[in-house]
Amino acid sequence: MNYRRFKERAIALYFAGNGVAVIIFLLAILALLWQNSWPFFKEVGPLKLLTDHQWNPTSYFGPIFGIRPMLVSTLMVTGGALALAFPLGVACAAYLGKMAFSWEREILKPIVEILAGIPSVVIGFFGLVVLNPIIARVFNLSNGLNILNGSILLAIMALPTIISLTEDAITAIPRSFEDASLALGATSWQTLWRVILPAAKSGIAAAFMLGMGRAIGETMTVLMVMGNVLSLPSSFLDPGMTMTAVIAIELGEVPFNTTHYYALFAVGLVLFIMTFLVNLTSDIILNRFQGVEK
Amino acid sequence: MRVTNGKLHEKLGYFLFRMSMLLVIAIVFYITFDIVSKGIGSINWQFLTDRPRDGMTAGGIFPAIIGTVYLTILTTLVSVPLGVGAAIFLNEYSRESFLTRIIRMALRNLAGVPSIVFGLFGVAFFIQYMGLRPSLLAAGLTMGILTLPVTVTASEEALKTVPASFRQGALALGASPWQMIRSIVLPQAMPGMLTGAILGLARAAGETAPILFTGAAFFLPFLPNSIHSQFMALPYHLYILATQHHAISRVRPLAYGTALVLLLLVILLNGAAIILRFYYRNKMRKGGI
Repeated sequence: MNYRRFKERAIALYFAGNGVAVIIFLLAILALLWQNSWPFFKEVGPLKLLTDHQWNPTSYFGPIFGIRPMLVSTLMVTGGALALAFPLGVACAAYLGKMAFSWEREILKPIVEILAGIPSVVIGFFGLVVLNPIIARVFNLSNGLNILNGSILLAIMALPTIISLTEDAITAIPRSFEDASLALGATSWQTLWRVILPAAKSGIAAAFMLGMGRAIGETMTVLMVMGNVLSLPSSFLDPGMTMTAVIAIELGEVPFNTTHYYALFAVGLVLFIMTFLVNLTSDIILNRFQGVEK
Repeated sequence: MRVTNGKLHEKLGYFLFRMSMLLVIAIVFYITFDIVSKGIGSINWQFLTDRPRDGMTAGGIFPAIIGTVYLTILTTLVSVPLGVGAAIFLNEYSRESFLTRIIRMALRNLAGVPSIVFGLFGVAFFIQYMGLRPSLLAAGLTMGILTLPVTVTASEEALKTVPASFRQGALALGASPWQMIRSIVLPQAMPGMLTGAILGLARAAGETAPILFTGAAFFLPFLPNSIHSQFMALPYHLYILATQHHAISRVRPLAYGTALVLLLLVILLNGAAIILRFYYRNKMRKGGI
């Protein structure tokens, strides 16, 4: 009897350990990023990272570690992606949630899921071989490897996230909202546009934030189609190099435990903090939204 | 006047929404069609079973296929036991508490960590700290942690579909919590968990950034012979053929072929998960649970 009690407790503890492991992994990632950026912060200083105007770790006149060009690249490509994906995604979600027949939904939703499953390197390859010449021709450039290309591809990749989360938010709106609006004489379009979408706005905002997180952190796609030039981009037709791309390219080239190596971890830390804040914001928005609903 | 305006507005709105959906579907089909139509010509028996030859300008992609298969198996071995365990804890052993809230928050954030940051973590922890060589093992462990949120979420959803009355019935008959979970809950939730495992597998098969520095090799003339070997992987091979090769235009057909094999692999895995879920849901409905 005692043995059985003991065994049950041990098993419960084992599963609790699995749950706690998730927290440990997240903390371990943060701790290792911090530990490996620390030598860089001590030697060069966190302020230099933000104030220096260029990133040139192998410069003849001494290394320069300014995060600005890649930060601007990341923000521009993310902003461009969201400008394209957000309206499109919300429209698709509204269509799936309120306009489509159920048989249509059964077909369309797996297609959106397939889009979510296409590996980023395949999307990048598509951008390289298909979008690249198209952009070059349309804008009369020597090549189409620029921020616009990255934005379009990241938009495609952020779409499934935005569509499925927005659709969840739309279908979670109580039926009574719709009925009340229709009973007051509103047309179904007015109901959708002025009642359902506004009522779902926190869920839609959360979808926007998660799409943003996905775009900020994406690596292979932007690595393949943005030209990888580390100067401050001034338009969407300029090439750029995101923070993720800098890490992906330079980590393979630097010797371990050099200032440059630690600098890449500092970039990773900035990236981690950015996505963490974005996810946290979407969490807070969603919590508030659930609080109001219940 | 207002009425006509409203009508116009309405028609235009519905039209735009419908067009948006069509555009997205068209994008999906265009991407798949482009890869399939241009990749299919490269695919033959030799391409699938031979190793790359002549500086990767000829031959096949067999080592990359095998490497990806090994990597996804290792990833599953790391991520499924941990993920299922965490899901059992969240759904069976604990009520909503501070701890479960923190675990869920950690899961959501882990899902949002950029894949390249997992690469940094893998280098710092498994290679620098634990002293592993860049290998299948180091890459599999890194990827296992990356796919953990997928497996936990899917497993928890599967556990949630098991009705509470099943648990109460088992407990009322004198089963201990673990007996109840092992013999009643887990068998019921198994198809759902399998779906989650397959989705995690699909994610691992397509990821590139985390394995760049933890074990994937540019080119290997032989297959990996232990978990301590380096390996070739389909996504990394595609990346190299597309951007890093010395004769990029000459190897374009090979790149298309690789992209097609990778795409098919991932679509098959995702499709299997979708079908499994569909079938399982129908069975549950018909079973009158």
